Amino acid sequence: MLKLFETIGTNALYYVNDAGRMGIFLFQSLLSIVKPPYKIYPLIKQTYVIGTLSIFVILFTGAFTGMVLGLQGYHTLSKFGAQGLLGSAVALSLIRELGPVLAALMVTGRAGSAICAEIGVMRISEQIDALECMAIDPHKYIMAPKFIAGILSLPLLTAIFDVVGILGGYAVGVGLLGVGEGTYFSSMYEDVEFNDIYMGFVKALCFGLIIIWISASRGYFVHLSRGGGFGAEGVSRVTTNAVVLSSVSILLFDYLLTSVLL
Amino acid sequence: MNNAVAQLVDIRKSYGSQEVLKGVNLSIMEGMTTVIVGGSGQGKSQIIKHILGLIQPDSGQVIVFGKDINKIRKKELRGIRNTFGVLFQNAALFDSMTVYDNVALPLRERTRTPEKEIESIVNEKLEMMDVAGTNQKYPAQLSGGMRKRVGLARALVLNPKIVFFDEPTTGLDIAKSNEIYRVFFRTQSILKYTAVIVSHDVPRIFKLADYVALLHNGIVEGCMTPEEFQLSENPEIKKFAETTMGAPYTSEEEV
Repeated sequence: MLKLFETIGTNALYYVNDAGRMGIFLFQSLLSIVKPPYKIYPLIKQTYVIGTLSIFVILFTGAFTGMVLGLQGYHTLSKFGAQGLLGSAVALSLIRELGPVLAALMVTGRAGSAICAEIGVMRISEQIDALECMAIDPHKYIMAPKFIAGILSLPLLTAIFDVVGILGGYAVGVGLLGVGEGTYFSSMYEDVEFNDIYMGFVKALCFGLIIIWISASRGYFVHLSRGGGFGAEGVSRVTTNAVVLSSVSILLFDYLLTSVLL
Repeated sequence: MNNAVAQLVDIRKSYGSQEVLKGVNLSIMEGMTTVIVGGSGQGKSQIIKHILGLIQPDSGQVIVFGKDINKIRKKELRGIRNTFGVLFQNAALFDSMTVYDNVALPLRERTRTPEKEIESIVNEKLEMMDVAGTNQKYPAQLSGGMRKRVGLARALVLNPKIVFFDEPTTGLDIAKSNEIYRVFFRTQSILKYTAVIVSHDVPRIFKLADYVALLHNGIVEGCMTPEEFQLSENPEIKKFAETTMGAPYTSEEEV
């Protein structure tokens, strides 16, 4: 019986500690962004790694998402004889929901895992300790460029995703299924409002922050994470953990943000 | 000259139910080389990490340059760390950067030295360590001994006041270890830094030491000159000296 309480207690303490660590980590990283000196080269490099290198995967997933939306949307709408609304259906679901979420999930898989593994390896090979001993703030040196790059890249990638998706929907709806070209775009023009785009934009910003926060902090605290400990296995475990946690958080925050912004 | 630059006062540290340091007292003297010896897993590296402020003790004080480093602000701690150089056990080079960038990093991040000057400082330091010409290589392309020497070059690039060596020769053969000792000797006589060395390499490390401290069961047993250490009557030191160096020499009169 005592054992049970002990287990509950240690678990509770661990998770409270973990949450606290991550909160402080986020605070310190965001603080380090505003603190000088500002260096442009690391930022460009990280934006390239997180943003530019993700474009290909975003193009691909965006196109196919738009195409399947066109296909599904056409058949669903045709049940009500409302094929004319295909354009706005595709655009709204992409801009408000699927664009930010799917782009974020793709970036999590591509860049989030890489960030977590990179920082995790730096931690276990004492490179982060070395930075601290050289009086270089790891938050400023490693985290700040990644955070800015993530927050900048995600809205841009989302925009690319949306545009490519709409074109994918166009290819299927207009090209294959015979919806009128004018109808497709005019319905979109009428129904998509500034508020929809704003919502997608805010979501993308938040998701960018969440991905980098979770991936970086999981890697940063690899030595403290339970069952992680040191070594390659520890890094692989926290990397998996970071991807899962980021993905779940993205969907969770998607709901929360939608309910707030709607 | 004999001022303590760093002092550990009654440091205690536990991990879970295991108490690793049980009241460590140690003074590091300015300009001297203090060697910390002891069996594996006794927490020798822990002592260095406490002085560096990488680990906070459960109780006790770490005083560096007259300040308790666990009570001062982060900015002040950073100022103190500016005067530190550290050679980690595995050198802890940044493996995605070239040797040149590794050594240049402290200069780039901590000073406003122009790139031209950085280049000459880095080359000078690499030359001092006998690793000139490796500038564009990555740490993974270097041998263990070279990696340590690059690590030392990086540790010394800001001309630190105290340099910490965590097992500088572990994993190296005798020739490579001697090379490390040689560059250590050379750089210390040029740069006049205080050195703290954690090592297994008894008795050879004694040649470099001004003071030797034995960490045993979480307590520092004496901090004395190598001669005193070898002749000490302290039972733990005697036992350690005998197991690592063989029985003490007995003079002919005693036989």
